[in-house]
Amino acid sequence: MSHEAGHEHPSNRVYIVIAAVLAVLTALEVMVFYVQALRPMLLPILMVLMVAKFALVVMFFMHLRFDSKLLTGVFLWGLFIAVSIVLALMAIFGKFVG
Amino acid sequence: MSADASTHEGLYRGGIWSWLTTVDHKRIGILYFVTGFVFLLVAGIEGQLIRTQLAQPELRILHPDFYNQLFTMHGTTMVFFAGMPLIIAFFNYIVPLQIGARDVAFPRLNAFSFWVLLFGGLFLYSSFFFGGAPDGGWFAYTPLTNREYSPGMGMDFYILALLLAGVGSIAGGVNFLVTIVNMRAPGMSFMRLPLFSWMALLVSILILLAFPPFTIGLVYMLFDRSFGTHFFDAAAGADPVLWQHLFWVFGHPEVYILILPAFGIVSDVIPAFSKKSLFGYPVVVFSGVLIAFLGFGVWVHHMFSVGLGPIVNAVFGGGTMLIAIPTGIKIFNWIATLWGGQIRFTTAMLFAIGLLVTFTIGGLSGVMHASPPSDLQQTDTYFIVAHFHYVLIGGTVFGLFAGFYYWFPKATGRMLSEKLGAWHFWLTFVALNVTFFPMHFSGLLGMPRRTFTYAAGLGLDVFNLISTIGAFLFTIAFLPLVVNLVRGLLKGDAAGANPWDAHTLEWTMSSPPPHYNFAVLPEVHRRDPLWHPYVVEGSDEVDGPSGVVPRLQPTDPPEPIIMPGPSYWPIFMATGLLIATIGGLGSLFVTLTGAAVALVGLFGWAFEPAEPEGEEAD
Amino acid sequence: MSHHTSTDVPTRKLAMWSFIGSECMLFGTLIATFMIYRGRNIVGPYPSDLLNIPFITVTTFVLLMSSLMMVLALSAVQRGDLKGTKLWLFMTALFGLIFLAGQFYEFSHFVHEGLPLSRNLFSSTFFVLTGTHGAHVAGGVLWLGTLFVRTQQGKLDERNAETVEIAGLYWHFVDVVWIVLFTLIYLLV
Repeated sequence: MSHEAGHEHPSNRVYIVIAAVLAVLTALEVMVFYVQALRPMLLPILMVLMVAKFALVVMFFMHLRFDSKLLTGVFLWGLFIAVSIVLALMAIFGKFVG
Repeated sequence: MSADASTHEGLYRGGIWSWLTTVDHKRIGILYFVTGFVFLLVAGIEGQLIRTQLAQPELRILHPDFYNQLFTMHGTTMVFFAGMPLIIAFFNYIVPLQIGARDVAFPRLNAFSFWVLLFGGLFLYSSFFFGGAPDGGWFAYTPLTNREYSPGMGMDFYILALLLAGVGSIAGGVNFLVTIVNMRAPGMSFMRLPLFSWMALLVSILILLAFPPFTIGLVYMLFDRSFGTHFFDAAAGADPVLWQHLFWVFGHPEVYILILPAFGIVSDVIPAFSKKSLFGYPVVVFSGVLIAFLGFGVWVHHMFSVGLGPIVNAVFGGGTMLIAIPTGIKIFNWIATLWGGQIRFTTAMLFAIGLLVTFTIGGLSGVMHASPPSDLQQTDTYFIVAHFHYVLIGGTVFGLFAGFYYWFPKATGRMLSEKLGAWHFWLTFVALNVTFFPMHFSGLLGMPRRTFTYAAGLGLDVFNLISTIGAFLFTIAFLPLVVNLVRGLLKGDAAGANPWDAHTLEWTMSSPPPHYNFAVLPEVHRRDPLWHPYVVEGSDEVDGPSGVVPRLQPTDPPEPIIMPGPSYWPIFMATGLLIATIGGLGSLFVTLTGAAVALVGLFGWAFEPAEPEGEEAD
Repeated sequence: MSHHTSTDVPTRKLAMWSFIGSECMLFGTLIATFMIYRGRNIVGPYPSDLLNIPFITVTTFVLLMSSLMMVLALSAVQRGDLKGTKLWLFMTALFGLIFLAGQFYEFSHFVHEGLPLSRNLFSSTFFVLTGTHGAHVAGGVLWLGTLFVRTQQGKLDERNAETVEIAGLYWHFVDVVWIVLFTLIYLLV
């Protein structure tokens, strides 16, 4: 079995910390939803929190940060094309007009 | 060097069971080729029937409802069951040989992909016997194809067949991507890959990213038709145009899936028969990458008349014009390769050069459609039919024929007749132009697509008659091909390892190759390894005629090579999925049974060792 | 066949990431549809009538924690700790099942409240999107169960730990999709 370059493993402790962060971020998301005062900022705050959680799981739990750049490329290109097409479709259907 | 007779027989020998359980990429390639070729003939007959009905105005040779089924099946078959299988046939047979691998990354997955494709095609065609084939056009626009306006089962066959075959396509995309990235011979960097394998890599990526939107669209249509959902139901607040978007987000990359392999073949064939390396290899690679990438950003050009607004139309029109640039660049690179070369007009070369002419014609009409205002006149007329047949026949089919004549000796150990091949080429070339050139005119005069007849006195009569004569010429053009094929297989001259004195690794093995391909894995130092001897630095020695790429592989490997054995799990699991697909026509019980069979197959497959006994378990 | 690779990436890992790239387009299409059709229902019930944020927050948390269980399982098998492997594989699958039970409850509740699959745009997009996700979770649970049995049979240990890693990639991806769905479906007002 060939070995991966630069193969480091976060320790179990790091994983638990990340899981705790994910839980906190989720709690924050729900909080934003319920706190009326934050309503005007709902969308940007939720987007930031969502992306942060996404990135943490992908980079650490899925180990992408420590793995070959090839895998990052494979994933990011797929993600980029997917997000672009989602946004393009939403734009065409008028979801971004005031 | 004569073909090793025992190898020749050994590779394709064996009864039906050995073919049903094969995991050898070469045999799977043959299976795909035969399947694709048969469907090509069937779809060709459908085309003939269409042209017969249109020979003269106001004919009533075919019933209009049957006519609708014919053009739907003609398009659907050509794209999904002829074009793609033939392309995958070449990927299967040739890519591992070109990159220096002994098989693809996942041989059983490879076999599975074939069986679901075959089952999908057979399932689709069974529709003729169960109430009628799909008749909503190959692009199946809603609301015409919803339950209200297409109450029969035809469209259900369409949806289910394509969902089934689509599973195989995605699996194939993963398989070839991983193979080309991870199983290249030592020294075979990406910029030393033969162009055909480069295009195969790009097509694999396109398949992975383009098929899912279509899968989802098909699921939506299935659910709307069978479970009462409202994805395309305007009365519920939805938009039927969403289907068009999902279809073309897939459909546009799909046409690049169809053409890039042909470009790859031409990029290998033209150098081989010019005795000259491809001019501007990096540019040709890069333009392929650009085409693949930009291909995701132009789908609305199929929808200019839908009324999406000037901004949307302008953006996508601009993108479409942009894509013409990398395509054009390739043409110039091929011409520059020919320039100053020692040209040999073998049949493969005739088709390759023919592609330069006919694809360019098709490309020019394509650029005309790229402008939304122009397209408003052209869309949905025969002008479009002219365009895509020039690029699909003059591009894809010509490329596939070039590959066929080029690699036939490698796969069979026999040579074809160049004389018959020339007849095939010229008859096809003439047939293509006679059939489709007049359509530019009938289209601009306003003849709509998919119409089963037309009135006299509109100026369309002559053009249609000429087109129909051209269509019959296509049938005649097939005769030299079939005769050549049969004669070649039965008593063609023996082909050696490299009858063309070509430049890439597949020509270093016997024809056909032994089941393990390479007795000794080559170590590559240059592009076009067979044309570039490798000089050992600091010494007088030249390390063999091509460095450590032997001109000819040794007959026997230094140590025994154990290849994965046959397996019945791929066809077993494919059968389960077929049963589940049939259940999709209206029986939950059948669907669940099929799913259960497929699940059993999945477990059987997973627990069967991937590596032969004695090797490290995977 | 897996012995020599042209890159520093194991073949099956590359295959799973390629598949994940493809799945981005699959879920992207489903998400785009959901977002496009938001607010276009002609008849109710409407999302605000039915979506139960507190309940789904709990199931979301469960799924998120299942990803932690999964990395712990991988960590265990890489160390050769077979007992730990079985424990964490079991916990991951269990949490996955709890999430699925929550989905099941939510779906039946919606139907009971007058939102069957065929009711309106919300029912169409919601059930197909979350249903597809749920089917992926179910497949993952089955996969984990199989790995558990294999470990029990002594067929899975640190030598073929890669198999757990591949399953983990799939599992985390399914979790990551839910991170997006939770925000877009439940929290965007």
